[in-house]
Amino acid sequence: MAGSPTAPPETAASTTMTLGRALNAGLRRAMREDDRVVILGEDVGALGGVFRITDGLQRDFGKARVIDSPLAESAIVGCAIGLALRGFRPVCEIQFDGFVYPAFDQIVSQLAKMRARSGGRLSLPVVIRIPVGGGIGAVEHHSESNESYFAHTAGLRVISCSNPSDAYRLLRSAIRSDDPVIFYEPKRRYWDKGLVDLEASPASLDRARVLRTGTDLTIVAHGPTVHTALAAADAAAEDGFSVGVVDLRTIAPLDMETLRRCAEKTGRMVVVHEASTFMGIGAEIAAAVTEGCFSVLRAPVLRVGAYNLPYPPAKVEDKFLPDVDRLLDTIDAALSYRGKART
Amino acid sequence: MTLVHDPPAFASPTDPPPPSLERIWTSKDSGPIQFVTPDGELTDLGAEYGVDRALAQTLYRDMARARRLDHEALALQRQGELGLWLQCWGQEAAQVGSVRALSPSDYVFPSYREHAAALVRGVTPGELLAQWRGVSHAGWDPGPYAFHLYSLVLGTQTLHATGYAMGSLLDGADDVVTVYFGDGAASQGDVNEAFNWSAAGNIPVLFICQNNQWAISTPTDVQFRAPVHQRAAGFGLRTFHVDGNDALATYAVTREAAAIVRRGEGPALVEAETFRMAGHSTSDDPSRYRTETDLATWQARDPLLRLETVLRSLDTRASYFSELEEELERLAVEVRRACRELPDPVLDQLFTHTYVDPHPLVDAERLAYRKFVELMSVED
Ligand SMILES: Cc1ncc(C[n+]2csc(CCOP(=O)(O)OP(=O)(O)O)c2C)c(N)n1
Repeated sequence: MAGSPTAPPETAASTTMTLGRALNAGLRRAMREDDRVVILGEDVGALGGVFRITDGLQRDFGKARVIDSPLAESAIVGCAIGLALRGFRPVCEIQFDGFVYPAFDQIVSQLAKMRARSGGRLSLPVVIRIPVGGGIGAVEHHSESNESYFAHTAGLRVISCSNPSDAYRLLRSAIRSDDPVIFYEPKRRYWDKGLVDLEASPASLDRARVLRTGTDLTIVAHGPTVHTALAAADAAAEDGFSVGVVDLRTIAPLDMETLRRCAEKTGRMVVVHEASTFMGIGAEIAAAVTEGCFSVLRAPVLRVGAYNLPYPPAKVEDKFLPDVDRLLDTIDAALSYRGKART
Repeated sequence: MTLVHDPPAFASPTDPPPPSLERIWTSKDSGPIQFVTPDGELTDLGAEYGVDRALAQTLYRDMARARRLDHEALALQRQGELGLWLQCWGQEAAQVGSVRALSPSDYVFPSYREHAAALVRGVTPGELLAQWRGVSHAGWDPGPYAFHLYSLVLGTQTLHATGYAMGSLLDGADDVVTVYFGDGAASQGDVNEAFNWSAAGNIPVLFICQNNQWAISTPTDVQFRAPVHQRAAGFGLRTFHVDGNDALATYAVTREAAAIVRRGEGPALVEAETFRMAGHSTSDDPSRYRTETDLATWQARDPLLRLETVLRSLDTRASYFSELEEELERLAVEVRRACRELPDPVLDQLFTHTYVDPHPLVDAERLAYRKFVELMSVED
C-alpha cells in the first residue's frame, strides 16, 4: 500500500511520529550534538513556530540558541550568514514559502556565492527550512512551490523530504553539511505519521530513493507529491501496469544515477511536482534523462505540474494541484505513446 | 464633561488655533496623545479640543459596525464558511479615527486587518470576506473605494504607497496617500526604505502604524528598541504618537498629520498604540505566549466603551443607540447572507486574468486544462 515502502526497518529506537514531530526531533538531536547549532526565525520561540516544528526548543536550549527574530526575512538569512562566518551552524525558519522572497538577495547573491568568491576559503553551513506547497486551503502566498529558483542557483543544495523518517534523517544531514541547504518541508504532510528510527544514520544528501520498483513506467516525485505518486502507482497496478516511484529527496544536485537506472529499466518516465511545469525541475529531469538515456526511452519524459499561473484561491486549488487523475492521464499518454495502447 | 461643540469645533475660524499634536520624540516623551481616558473622561487636551457630537456619533457607529462584522466573520469561520479570519477587534478606533480624517478620495493602502477602515470606505461585507473564504485573492475593485487590495506580504504596501504618492506629486495633485502597517511589519526593509525615500524626496505619504503590541507571538520589544514614531522621526518624517483606542484623539492627530502632508511639507507618520484583542488569526493560539492579564488591561481600554461613555455623557438621544442596534442586526444578516452567496471561483478565469496581452503558453495550457476537464466529465 501507499506509504509502506517508505517505512524504515523497525528497530528498538523506532517510534511512530508525524513528519512535523520528526523534524522537531531532528532539530533537537542536532542541537544536543553540537552546541554551535542555533535556530532563528519568526515566532520560533514560545510559539514553537506556526507549525510547531520548533516546539519546546527554546524552553530546552534557551533564548540564546533559539532566537525569535524581528519580522524580517532578509535579516534572518543575512544574520545567519554572519553567524556561520563566526563558526555557528544556523538553521533558519521561513514561516511560509511565499515569504522567502524578501531574503532572495541574501540567499542567491550572498549565501550561495560566498564560498566560491572566497576561493574555497569560507564555508557557510546554513540551513533554510521552508514549509512548501499547497493543499491546506490557505490564503495567498502560503502555498507556493519555489524550488526551481533555488535549484537554479549554483552554490545551494536543495532538499525536499516526503515522509517522517526522511525528514528526520535528511534534516540532520543538512545541518551537518558545510554547504548551504534549502530544506523543503511538505506542509500538507506535516501531520502524516510514519516510523522514525531515531538512531538511524543521517541520510545522504545526494541520493534519491526508489520507493517502488516498476517495469512499465517510473514516476519521479518529491515532497508533497510523493504520496500522490504512490496512489497513482497503486491505481495503475489495478489496471495491470507496473509503475515504479522515485522520491527525489535531493533536487539540487539531482541523483542522475538513480534516475538513469530507472529510465533504463522502464523506458518511460513521468515527473510530477506542484510547481509550474514551465521551467520547473521536471524540465531539467526530462532533458537530462533524454540526454543520458535517449536510446532506451520508449516515450518522451512527460511532466505533470501546476499551470503557468499564480497559485489560485483555496476553493479551486484542488483543480490546480496535480492529483491522481492528472497523473494517471499522463501515465496513460506515456504508456500509449506511438500506438502502444494501454488497453 | 464641559466643552461640547455642537456643531463641529474644528472648522471654526474664530477659535484660537488648537495646540499642535505633533510629537517631537524625547526620552521624556509623556506618552501618546489622549483626549478621552479609558473611563470616558475628557483629558485636559481633549477638553481644549472639545467634542464634535456628530463626529463622535459617526466614529462610534463605524466602530460598532466593524466589531459586529468581526464577530459574525469569526462565527462564520468557526462554522467552516471561512477558511481563515483575522480579527480587528480592539483596533477599531485606530482604524476609523484615522480613515475618517482623510478626504474620501485620498487613496489608502491597507495591510490585511483593516476591516474597520474598509467598511468606512464602503467595501461591502461580501467583498471583504471573499479572500478569507478562499474564493478570491482580493474581493473588491480598489478604484471606486480609493482603498487598495489587502497586502499579505508584510510591509510591501508602504513602497507602493510611496510610489503612488510620487505619482501624485508628478500629477500636481494634493492628495494624501495613506498606508497602514503593523509593528511587526515595521521591521521589514521595505518599510524603512519607504520612510527614507518619502522623507528624502518630500513625497506626500501618510504612514499609519497600528502598534497592536504583537506580531503573532512576537512582542514589540523583540522587534525594536526605539518606538516606530521615534525611528520615523530619525528618517525625517513628521511624527505623531496617539492612543489608538481613543477614536477622537486618533481623528484629530491624523487630521493634523494629513494637513502637513497635503501642504507639501513632506511625509508624516502616526503611531497608534492599540492592542490585538484576539489571536493573530483563527489558526493562532495566543495562550502559548501571552497572559490573561494583558487582555484584561486592554479590555479596560476598549475603544467602543470609551466613546460610548462620552456619547452618553453628552446626553445622546436614546434613539441613536436603538437605531444603531437595529442597523447592526441588519448588518449581521447581510454578512452571513453575503458570505454564503459568494460564488466559487472558476479556474478557467485565471487563464484570462493573468496577462493583459495574448500569451501562447497560457492559451495552450488553457486548452489542455479544458480537454482534461472534458475527459474527466466523460469518465464520470
Ligand atoms: C514578509 C512576510 N513575512 C512573514 C509573514 C507571516 N506573517 C503574517 S502576519 C505576521 C505578523 C504581523 O505582525 P504586525 O505587522 O504587527 O501586524 P498584525 O498582524 O499584528 O496586525 C507574520 C509574521 C508575512 N505575511 N509576510
